[in-house]
Amino acid sequence: MNLTELLDVAAAEKARQRPIKVHCCTSTGCRSANATAVMGNLQQAVENENLSDQVEVIGVGCMGFCGRGPLVQIDPQDDLYEEVTPEDAPSIIEALNGGSAKSIKGDAQHPFFARQMKIVRQHSGKVDPERIESYIALGGYQSLFKVLYEMEPVDVVGEIQQSGLRGRGGGGYPTGLKWATVAKMPGNQKYVICNGDEGDPGAFMDRSVLESDPHLVLEGMAIAGYAIGANHGYIYVRAEYPLAIKRLQKAIQQAKKYGLLGSQVFDSPFDFKVDIRIGAGAFVCGEETALIQSIEGGRGNPVPRPPYPAEKGLYGCPTLINNVETFANITSIIREGADWYASIGTENSKGTKVFALTGKIRNNGLIEVPMGITLREIVEDMGGGVPDGEVKAVQTGGPSGGCIPASMLDTPVDYDSLRAIGSMMGSGGMVVMDHTTSMVEIAQFYMEFCRGETCGKCVPCRTGTVQLYALLTKLLKRQATAADLEKLEALCLMVRDTSLCGLGQSAPNPVLSTLKYFRQEYDDLLVQPAYLNGTSSAAEAVTL
Amino acid sequence: MAVKTLKIDDIDVAIEAGATLLQAAQEAGVPIPKLCAMKGISSIGACRLCLVEVEGINKLLPACVTEVAEGMVVHTQTPKLQEYRRMTVELIFAEGNHVCSICVANGNCELQDVAIEVGMDHSRFTYRFPDRGVDLSHPSFGIDHNRCILCTRCVRVCDEVEGAHVWDVANRGAACYIVSGLNQPWGEVSACTSCGKCVDACPTGAIFRKGETTGEKQRDRDKFAFLSTAREKREWTR
Repeated sequence: MNLTELLDVAAAEKARQRPIKVHCCTSTGCRSANATAVMGNLQQAVENENLSDQVEVIGVGCMGFCGRGPLVQIDPQDDLYEEVTPEDAPSIIEALNGGSAKSIKGDAQHPFFARQMKIVRQHSGKVDPERIESYIALGGYQSLFKVLYEMEPVDVVGEIQQSGLRGRGGGGYPTGLKWATVAKMPGNQKYVICNGDEGDPGAFMDRSVLESDPHLVLEGMAIAGYAIGANHGYIYVRAEYPLAIKRLQKAIQQAKKYGLLGSQVFDSPFDFKVDIRIGAGAFVCGEETALIQSIEGGRGNPVPRPPYPAEKGLYGCPTLINNVETFANITSIIREGADWYASIGTENSKGTKVFALTGKIRNNGLIEVPMGITLREIVEDMGGGVPDGEVKAVQTGGPSGGCIPASMLDTPVDYDSLRAIGSMMGSGGMVVMDHTTSMVEIAQFYMEFCRGETCGKCVPCRTGTVQLYALLTKLLKRQATAADLEKLEALCLMVRDTSLCGLGQSAPNPVLSTLKYFRQEYDDLLVQPAYLNGTSSAAEAVTL
Repeated sequence: MAVKTLKIDDIDVAIEAGATLLQAAQEAGVPIPKLCAMKGISSIGACRLCLVEVEGINKLLPACVTEVAEGMVVHTQTPKLQEYRRMTVELIFAEGNHVCSICVANGNCELQDVAIEVGMDHSRFTYRFPDRGVDLSHPSFGIDHNRCILCTRCVRVCDEVEGAHVWDVANRGAACYIVSGLNQPWGEVSACTSCGKCVDACPTGAIFRKGETTGEKQRDRDKFAFLSTAREKREWTR
């Protein structure tokens, strides 16, 4: 494969495409709402209406408005139909022939769509994730060609550094710096790992990217491989994402067939093969050192850093490990340039971020917004606010993050601002809560999650989360005294400061942030100690 | 060999590069409590008792896996560290069923020693009283999971020194337990050589020799350091 051949593939695909494209979402969310049947009926209707040479039905990835799925979108008219049923689906095709559609027509200009800026999700909902030609027709793999033939590895690293991209997995470590570290490490064998072990409750950004546009991630990984001098990449995907795994497998096969992955990529001396590793259901395997242990076939336990994976990672070799969304940014940075990317976002947080907007909110779904947008704009303008009532808090960062009170909704969404108020960007879960939500229950929910997901290696995380959960339960049973609350706070700080890995270090965050902003709710649950009110509480020690 | 100089609790130490803070502290005569680290096997930084403060670093570092660096200023006994250590020991006591008065290791138990060292006289946390088992299927030894603190010394010593890898950790979180073979009774694990290294490595009375009663457990813990130097440096005298 060379550039001419790549452009030929793109031209042939464009010539094959019909003028009117009916995009039907076939991602996990819409599938669960019967999108597969919708798509079948759409295809049947095209034949029935004799529109086969005019119209094609394409199964695409996520369009974002998951709360109103299944979604069908018509190009070039830009008509959007929501909550399409298999019965109503044919009427959408009939509408193209002058009939009227029975399905609900959505507003494509709604702030939910209009306020978005799509870099990671640029092809989502347009590209057919199961056909590489569809990706190539949209300019795919041209960035890889560009780096292989027009740029030195050091220039690629420089470009990423200049772009200001930071890790999208939650930590926000500068991506370019990480690439530069691995690139400068001595050794012939290096690895690239893509972390797709997304596991925060309420977060589904990476799943959507992998399901909707797998080649975007593969191309980003190959560019990383060239930049740091690695010839082998792994994608670690959790087993709960079967569709993402299937589409990745297909994408890797297709890319290999075209000579875009495997040996001698684009007929250059650069080799890059990609293997998939499937997680076995442990949240902690999203932690980079545990993930590496898991790929090596061991128990997914985190190990102390240093040495960092950049120095000593997979099989003891220098390893670059980035999140799915981070890799999905790479092709755009190479294509449009670092300065373009650096012009988006805030001073220290560049580019866009994908959020899974869920909870008590009108418009549920996936959004990609430029960094620096305020929480209020996301929740009230794009999300449409709480159906009845007002926003009480927004939880970001999943079990590692915190609850942001409504009074702080004007906080800009970027790494440093969120951290400053006791939460974190995390991988991108955003759960909106209204007045019916008890913040102590929320803290208990996340602690239950951490208690169940801790690997059990280090003492504070293994036993501390158990005790924290017990204390929160005691509070909610109205059996806790002021002394218990004091104990809760002390233990939170201890678990945060002494745990081995990020899971334990951030596990107390939901408690600490709700204590900080909603302390009254904790105080309201307290009772007088037994020696003051004369009743015995000897039984409680046993029940807990 | 390069040598690094550093300060631990105001004591100047010179030690070869590549050594850990724990080794440096031992050289300086500064006691740092620990439960999962043991000479002769790899360190994993799991018990978090040996955390120390290093000036200029805002995180607490486990002394057992942190390499010394030139000019480091280390504090091992700040009020924060003392409080956290005490809480760690309390958490361990609350997690299992540690009844010293009927334990083979009473008086010869590292958990007991550490509790005394950090001044833990009671646990502020609720005792969990977990329902754990005892495996007496091995002809010479037994394992009482009630006394296990999951330090994984037995796992490492069996894998790294004996090379049998009889032990491993099963499940996760609070459900973790030390598992023998493929979750078989210990006595049925054909890989076990009955060498007894796990008995010597165990800091508590969880793994013991049959026939021992309260307070009778003895150990030969220097054996592992001796074995590893013997193998590395071919020094076979003790």
